[in-house]
Parts: sequence; structure tokens; C-alpha cells
Amino acid sequence: MIPPSFSYRAPATVSEALALLNESDGEAKVLAGGHSLLPMMKFRFAEPALLIDIGRIPELKGIRQVGNRIHIGAMTTENELLESALLKEKCPLLPEVVRWIADPQVRNRGTIGGDIAHGDPANDHPATMRALEAEFVLKSADGERVVAADDFYLGTYYTLLEANELLTEIRVPVLPPGTGYAYKKLKRKTGDFAIAAACVVLSLTGDKCERIAITLTNVGPTPLRAETAEKLLTGKAIDDQLVEQAAQLAMEICDPAEDLRGDKEYKIHMAGEMTRRAIREAIDRARGRK
Amino acid sequence: MGIPTEHYTRKEKLGGVGCERRRKEDARFIQGKGNYVDDIKLPGMLHGDFVRSPYAHARIKSIDASAALALPGVHAVLTAKDLKPLNLHWMPTLAGDVQAVLADEKVGFQYQEVAFVVADDRYIAADAADMVKVEYEVLPCVSDPHRAMDPDAPEIRPDLAGKMQGAHSARKHHNHIFTWEVGDKAATDLAFSMAEVTVKEKIWYPRNHGSPLETCGAVAAFDKANGELKLWVTSQAPHVVRTVVAQLSGLDEARVHVVAPDVGGGFGVKVGIYPGYVCAIVASISLGRPVKWIEDRVEHLAATAFGRDYHMTGELAADKDGRIKALRVHVLADHGAFDSCADPSKWPAGFFNICTGSYDIKVAYVCVDGVYTNKAPGGVSYRCSFRVTEASYIIERMIDVLAQRLGIDKAEIRLRNFIKPEQFPYMSALGWEYDSGNYAEGLRKVLEACDYAGLRREQAEKRARGYLMGIGLSTFTEIVGAGPTKICDILGVGMFDSCEIRVHPTGSAIARFGTKDQGQSHRTTYAQILATEIGIPSENIMIEEGDTDTAPYGLGTYGSRSTPTAGAAAARAGRKIRAKARKIAAHLLEVSEDDLEWDVDRFVVKGVPDQMKTMKDIAWAAYNNVPPGLEPGLEAVDYYDPPNMTYPSGAYLCVVDIDRYTGEVKVRRFYALDDCGTRINPIIIDGQIHGGLTEAFAVAMGQELPYDKEGNLLGASLLDYFIPTAVETPKYETDFTVTPSPHHPIGAKGVGESPHVGGVSAFSNAVIDAFSHVGVTHIDMPYKSCNVWKMLHALGLDKRE
Amino acid sequence: MNDKQEVTFTVNGEKVSVDVVPRELLVHTLRERLNLTGTHIGCDSSHCGACTVDFNGRSVKACTVLTVQAQDAHIVTVEGLAGPSGLHPVQEGFQQEHGLQCGFCTPGMLMRAYRFLQENPNPTEDQVRTGMAGNLCRCTGYQNIVKAVQYAANKLSARSV
Repeated sequence: MIPPSFSYRAPATVSEALALLNESDGEAKVLAGGHSLLPMMKFRFAEPALLIDIGRIPELKGIRQVGNRIHIGAMTTENELLESALLKEKCPLLPEVVRWIADPQVRNRGTIGGDIAHGDPANDHPATMRALEAEFVLKSADGERVVAADDFYLGTYYTLLEANELLTEIRVPVLPPGTGYAYKKLKRKTGDFAIAAACVVLSLTGDKCERIAITLTNVGPTPLRAETAEKLLTGKAIDDQLVEQAAQLAMEICDPAEDLRGDKEYKIHMAGEMTRRAIREAIDRARGRK
Repeated sequence: MGIPTEHYTRKEKLGGVGCERRRKEDARFIQGKGNYVDDIKLPGMLHGDFVRSPYAHARIKSIDASAALALPGVHAVLTAKDLKPLNLHWMPTLAGDVQAVLADEKVGFQYQEVAFVVADDRYIAADAADMVKVEYEVLPCVSDPHRAMDPDAPEIRPDLAGKMQGAHSARKHHNHIFTWEVGDKAATDLAFSMAEVTVKEKIWYPRNHGSPLETCGAVAAFDKANGELKLWVTSQAPHVVRTVVAQLSGLDEARVHVVAPDVGGGFGVKVGIYPGYVCAIVASISLGRPVKWIEDRVEHLAATAFGRDYHMTGELAADKDGRIKALRVHVLADHGAFDSCADPSKWPAGFFNICTGSYDIKVAYVCVDGVYTNKAPGGVSYRCSFRVTEASYIIERMIDVLAQRLGIDKAEIRLRNFIKPEQFPYMSALGWEYDSGNYAEGLRKVLEACDYAGLRREQAEKRARGYLMGIGLSTFTEIVGAGPTKICDILGVGMFDSCEIRVHPTGSAIARFGTKDQGQSHRTTYAQILATEIGIPSENIMIEEGDTDTAPYGLGTYGSRSTPTAGAAAARAGRKIRAKARKIAAHLLEVSEDDLEWDVDRFVVKGVPDQMKTMKDIAWAAYNNVPPGLEPGLEAVDYYDPPNMTYPSGAYLCVVDIDRYTGEVKVRRFYALDDCGTRINPIIIDGQIHGGLTEAFAVAMGQELPYDKEGNLLGASLLDYFIPTAVETPKYETDFTVTPSPHHPIGAKGVGESPHVGGVSAFSNAVIDAFSHVGVTHIDMPYKSCNVWKMLHALGLDKRE
Repeated sequence: MNDKQEVTFTVNGEKVSVDVVPRELLVHTLRERLNLTGTHIGCDSSHCGACTVDFNGRSVKACTVLTVQAQDAHIVTVEGLAGPSGLHPVQEGFQQEHGLQCGFCTPGMLMRAYRFLQENPNPTEDQVRTGMAGNLCRCTGYQNIVKAVQYAANKLSARSV
């Protein structure tokens, strides 16, 4: 399997990369970890004229805390997320999600920015980002804008990112102590995409759920946010019956594509099941039981 | 740490049969010095790549290669029109059919080979293949084999129009390949009509793929000056490839040199001859340069040698105590667009008639209908001896179905029906003479080791609490070691195998075989057999295979045949060496041959232990001091035509837990007891069992090659095709009994395929057993979580209280 | 687009320069230009791990890395695993524990094990299985591969004591 020919540039700075993007008139693709793009090119589903390799731009790397947010360079690899002591302490959901992504070798190349910007609803970071209410920094030669992860995903492989823009940074919140979180992913085997996955972030006041985010992976054209389920649970003491109702509400928004992993009915039910499990685990964590 | 060297006995130093010898193959592989086909690089070598059909069934209206040919670095674009003058646009298959090398006017399956592009390197070849314009007229397709013989079904093979006599039977429809019947239909029908109990189940064994980690490929190098062809090829049977290439090309067979170098796994996939090999040869002959063809993973899964795809209906007749009176099986076999099953010529459904299994069933009848569909050809046996897995699956599933119907324990019903040790040699109702076995002993040992009664108690408790736990048993009997030349041949060549051994003057030896290792450890284990026979340490015996110029002719390695055939040839060639050695020893010691006795590595004068000659002494003498009238040298050849097949068996137990809410199946325990007769190397045997069980696990839990109604193959890459990693793969416990084969020179039966054959039924039976309390008697594989959940959901078992 | 670029990197301690078009895959450069054929191609889509090499101190799948991305990289392949004093403990482990059969996945397995044991010198069995999950084997069923990695871990930790 051989990719078609293309030109290759490896800029050393973000501004060089943005200039190249500007000049390329939509014919370029940004090469991050390459583990989605290069296979697509080998299958000849993608045939860009130019690859802009952003792997040699130091400013796109690194994880640092800025106030109550953690700023993550788009070219930070999955294994770097996994190994980050800062994330483990301040936003442990993220390394937990990474554990479920691909395999050790792929996590050495795959980046958080690539995973997010690719726009594939099967990827694991997008739903997580929505649940965390993360922000993305998009830069172009004309300037920069900061967009909410909640607004970023428009359709399959279709995001707010313009052809001349580069995702440079991801900003996730420092999770306050007592935050409950969970990512529950059902998959056939290591390295496979989710049959369905659910991400939950919540905080409790006493027994009451103060706020909750519930998002879903690979059961629609974009990562989904189960807002009706969130509304149902907010302000309530979550019991089994409410969990069940929330799962049903989450299932109602699913519209998965059928494949060898399962048909629509199965994937929808699994989105519900993963939602149940994620809520329960998040509550246990919020209560310090796990 | 171990026993000091001086205490080793001579026998231990010999490293013969039964010892845990470390592999002799490994040194090169662990240092990256293996030599696989894609590692071969020749001066001036070109690369071939295929243009393949996007449609399952279509007429080719035109092929325009002009743009591809205009690309710098492209040397040729071959189509059927180019092969036609050479009469190579079609080739014979091992099953008596023909297969298009390049599509001749129409395509019959998606990904079929349409044109072959030859270029300077694989990058240019891939670009050029993309530039060949093919215009198709799409035709209605046959995707469902059950509709293949409908009166109005589209005709898949117009090249066979009017040919109503097939290679194996009359053809009753344009998409019919053969009907194969075995057994006594009338007696079976009668037994069913009189039976106290009958059960019937439709059971599909899905289409899957052996998919070794190395795909198929070849390098063809035609030497125009001498008119000789050298072919390096990923083959489990290089000698057969040489014969077929000579027949196809018209080259003198002595001028065709076939080498199977290191082969990166085979599992039956590398037995056949594929269009890529033929195209590489034709391109090399016509361009006068070496041509390499290596398929990628998608091509491998989509076009090369699928396995199984048997739609079976099984029926058992029994008395109310569960004693089986008769077996009846019908199979609808989906062979794809060409019948290119890699079976012995006379066996269109392989040895499926081993389907009476380990049980004493007096009457049986089997009928197999093979049909064409618009799918890839193949039907090779994926790590089993010619449809033996399908056969074992149907009987191991049906005996469970019968047990459930009668409320008899699944172990107990097996014990009631086993062929008893004293019944061997046992003639089965479907015509096989089982050599030896002790099935009850094996099963009892497993039941005890796993505390079967305790497991059943646990299952009952778990069920009461709403959990799903399954216990699967498989007590299988295989038929391997094909085979006696009077009944087994490949394209007319009898299925013997061979060993040629030369003992050198200083007492080391080289032995060559007609088989071909793909991971089975022949270099290690053949030397052990020979060491025991000829008294030369296995460390001093080199083993070679795969080069048809130097190795004796043999039919290759598949169907667990290496030990039963070539292993037997090794023992017999060794005995010939030893017989000559005895003459030399008698001459050297000036005694009569009868005064000598064999002692591990030497001949000793009876009663006079210090009067002896070691094999080392004898080897030296063989080259300078042989008795008058005896030829110098110490060599032997044996071509072994086995008198019978061998019948390895085993008893497997598998315990699974099923997640009610997701359908995930977790294998908690797997206990595998195998009886492969005499055990040559326990480490190698365990390795074979682990590997075969893991393939069985993959088959049971997820491997499938599904097609949609338009004949599109869904999921032909490792993104979709299920190959488990170390994380998903269960851990195995192994055990054994030893019931030697009475007709094999060292009593060995072969083991490579037992774990796949027996494993699939064990996994399957465990999953279905988890549902037995709610009346489920069968669920088709694969047990991917979606399919299991469908059953849970239909039964309401996924409901939360 | 077909303009070749000079790329310089280190393989098994030796500095090499190659002229390649941008689309050339690292696995092809290693195998075909540098004749390091120990690194294998199994699936073409980064699922099997047969092409695993060590790349700047990380395990990567060389079928999904462009050679032009390897500028200044330090690469170790299976050919560079054994040292002057003999086989690396992972190589020894695979041989001792029967961790290979056809040998095709082996170089990738070894290269992953080599790096994994530096990431986690004393792994549990489950950690070995997770750490090796990017590599497929069709022959062994992994059981002996796990033992081989554990053998190497013991040997390496004995050595470092």
C-alpha cells in the first residue's frame, strides 16, 4: 500500500507553518502523528499535494498549567499525556482516556492535536474535550481565535478549523478536588475504535449533582453531548432510577454508523450501557470511593 | 542449576525423541537474518502490482493502459489478452476447476485480478495500477449461496456453459460445482425414522481467513540464455509448485528451480498457486528481468484463499439415554467464483466425512453441495486437515444439542458414545479406519483436573443470581497425515513424503525433506527423530527443506502431515542408515551382525560392553573401510507412502463468563489435553497448541469476511479483520495422554492443527452452554459482543431488575 | 513532488544519508536502501507491529513514518540489538522460552520488548501483555512471548544489580 506523491515541508515555527498553509490554497494537509492521515493516503482516500509536517515545531509541544487551566501543545503525543505528572494530578481524566487509545507504538506518534482536529467521531479525545469543556486555540496567518470544544465539531471529518488554520493548543480545566470523572469504552480489541464510549465529568454537593457533562464517542457524525440527560441529573441526588433514565436519554441522541463492530441497535444500547457505567464510576470517584 | 555435564547420560546428549530441545531455527530470526521472499533483491528486479475489480460481477468492456504505460518506469501492463497467446490466462486449480489468472472478459468477485502492472519499483507500480482505466458493465450478482441455484440466478461461469459433468460429479445448475455423497443414505433415513429422539440444527461456519503475518509473494527470475526459471515463492508445497509451473509454462521441469525460503506462517493459505505467482513468471519471461510480486494485506484478505464458509444442517438420531444411532449432515459449500479449494484431488469436501468424530455411530450419511458465488475463491483449510474443523465442529455442536434436548450432562453423553479403546482399529460409518485412541481416558483426566462437577455447581449458583457462565467441552478426533497415495493425490502426484540423509565422515549429517516449515520447527524436531534412529546427536544433524533442486520430492507441509509422512520417512531413512552401520560395525569388530546390539549411539558386542563401535567410528569407516561388497558412504533415502492416516485426538474444556449487558465473552479458563501419539518435543508441542488455540479463539470470537448483497467485501484490513493481541488472548493450560499410532514408525500422529480443530468447538460450546438454561441450542459464530448481545437482548437477559 | 531530499539519520549507531522522495516510507528505506530486512511489513496499516523499530528512544511502526520525518533521528533495528558481548537478553528470552515460530513478527516483538523493558523494568504479566499489545503474532498465542519478556526482565534486572 503506497501513498500517492506529495510535496513535503517541515517548518520550524508556527508562523512558517501558517504561511505555508496560506499559500497552499487548501491543497495541503497538516501532518501531525500521521497515524490517521498516512493510512488514508495509503488507501488513496486522501491525496494532498503538500504535507506540512508540524513535528519539528518546538512551540507546539508541552503541557503546562496557566491559572486554572492546563495548556497542552497540539503536538504532544498520547504517551506524553499518559506520562504527565501534571495531568495525573490536575486532570486525571485525560491520561485515563489515553490508555484506551490505540497501542503503545501508535501512542508514541499520535498526538492530541491530530486526534482532535481530524474530526473523526471514532476518536476518543473529541468527546472527552466536550465533557471537559475544553478550548482550542486556532491560529492562522490572520491571527488567532479560541473556540469551545462544544462548538468545534460540525460533522464527520468536518470541524470549525478553516483550511488556513492550525490547531496549536488545547486548554483543559484543572479539575477541582472531588470532581468525579470516567471514560468507559467498549471495544473489540486493543487498538480498535470504540463500539461506543461515554465520558462523564461531574461534581457533587453532598448527595446532589451540582453539574455534570455526559458525552459520547462513535455513535454519531460528531462526538455527542447528552444535554437532556445532563439536565435531568443536575441538581438531583442520582439514584439507580435516574441513571437509567439518563442512559435512555443518551441513547435517544445516538445515530451510529453500522459496521463490523455492530449494527445501530447494538451501538445505541452500548452507548446507554457505557453511560450508566461512566456515571456510576464518576460518582464513586467524586465520593472518593475509587 | 541443573545437572553437571558429566552426569548427562549419552541418551540425554543425543537430544533425541522426547527431549525439550530448544529451537534451531531461532538464531537467524532473532537477529533479523531470516530470509523471506520480500527480502530477496536481485539486480535489475522489477515490481508487479495488480489492478483489481471494484465490482463483484461485471463484464469488462475495455481496458486502457496507455496512461499507465506512459508513466516513466513502467515496463508492461499485462491483461488476459496478453496471456491468451501463451494459454496462461486461465490456470488449473487443485480442485479440478480452472481459475482466471487475469480476468477474461468478465470478473466474478470483488478484488479479482484484472491487469498486472510491472514497473521499476513498487511505488511506480502502485501509481501505474491506479492509472489503468477499466470500463465495466455491472452484472447482477450472487452473494447468498442459498440463492446460487435458483433457476433465475445469474450465471457466474459462462466459460463452463454446457459442461454439465464437473470434476467430481454431474452439475445440475450453472452455478453448481459438485454434489458429494458419503455413507448409507437408506440405512440412515431408516435409523432416523425409528429413533426415539432426533435433533436438527442449522449451523453456519462463517467465511474466515488464515492470514499469516507474512502475505503471499514471489520473485520470478527467468534466465533467457539458459532457458531456466528460478522462482522464490511463499509456498508450503514448493515441489508441487515446480511441477505445476513446468506444466503451465511448458518449461522442462529440470529447468524450473523453485525455492520456498523462510515462510512467515502459512496455515493453509500458502498451499495454492495464485495469479500473482503466474503473472510474475510471465512478466519475467517476457521482460527478461526478475519480477517481484508481494501482495498487501487487503489483497491477501480479499483475494487469496479464504477458509470455511460451510452452511451445514446437522441431525442426530438417538435413544432416550443419549446413545447416538445415526448422523445425517447436509452442507451447502460456498466456494466463490472459482473452485480453487486446496484439497486432495479426489476429495471435493476434503475429509469432511470424519464428522462422526470420536463417537461410535453405526450409520451416517453426508451430502455436500458445492456452489459458485460472486466471492473470492479459496476454501483452503485454515490450520486443519481438509475440512476437518468443519466436520469436528458439526459433531461437537450436535452432541451438545442432543445432550440439551435429553437433559443429559455434556460430559456424560460423550462418555456414553465414545469409541472404546478395544474397538481400534475402528472402521467408521463414513469409511475411515481410525488407528488408535483412548478418548474416555483423556476426557476423564480433564474433568478431574478442572473439577468439572464443581464448575457445574458454580454455574448453577451463578445462574440463580442472574449471571451467565458457560462450560464448553470438545472431545475431537482429527484425521491427518494425508496420505496413502492410493486415495490421496494433488494434481495426480501421490501424497507421500520424503527424507534423504547423508552422514559425513566425521560423524555429522545433513538431512533433506520434501516438506516445508512455516514455523513448525522441523529443523529442530526432524533432527530429534533422526538422532534417536541413528545415534548421532541432533546438534550434529542439519535439516534442509524448501529448495526443489536439493530436497527430495515431497508434497509439503499442511494438514498436519509433516510428522506423519516426512517424520516417518526420517525414521525409516534412519533405520536404513543404522542397518548399513551395523554391517560396518560387524566388519570392524569382526563379529556377525547378529552378535551386535544397538545402544543409543553405538553397536556393542552382546555381553562384551567394551567391544563396541560408536556411530562416529562407523561414519569414518564408511568412507575408508567397508566390508567387501558394500558400497562406501553412509546415505539413505526414503519415500514414505503412509498405509493410513493418523487420528490425533483431544479433550478440551473452556469456561467463559458473559457480560449480560454488553455481550462481551471472557474466557476464564482453557484446559487442553492432546493426544498426538508419541511426543517428539514437548516444548514445540505446547507452542503449537498455544498458537492453534489462539487462532481458534480468534475464529470463534470475531473472524469473519462478510459480503453485502452487491458482493462487496466488508472489512478487508487488520482494522476490521479480528486478530487478537496479547491482551485479549486467553491463557492456556496444556496436558496430554499418549496413544501411539500403531502404523507410524515412531507412533507419532501430528499435532499442529489439533488445537484449532478442537479449540473452535470448545469456545463455541462454552458460549452456547451459557445460554443452555434458557433453551438456546445454537448461535452462529463469531461471538463478537454484538452477536452475543443480540441473543441476550432477544431473550430479555440484558434487562436490569 | 518527486524531488528527492537528502535525509540523514543514525541506524544502529551508524550515520547514514539517503536521497528519497517525500512519500517513501521509513520501512522501505530500511529494507530496500539500507538492506536491513529484519524489519518486516505485515499489514501496511500500522496494526500488526512487524515493522516496529526504536526511533529516538520510542517504539514506532516504521510503515507509518515517512523517511523524511527521520532527519537527525536515532534508529535501532533488530540488526542492532545484539552487542559485542552477544545476544541482548530479549533475544535470549525469545529463544529460551520458545517465543517465536515462523519468525515474521519476531523482529518487531523484540524491538518493542527492548524498549518496553526500559519503560517498565519489572512488569507484571498483565503489564507485559498491555505493553506488547501493538504487536500481533499469528503463531505463538503470546503465552511464550510473555514468558520471553519476563525472562529478559529477570536477566536485565540481575545484570543491573
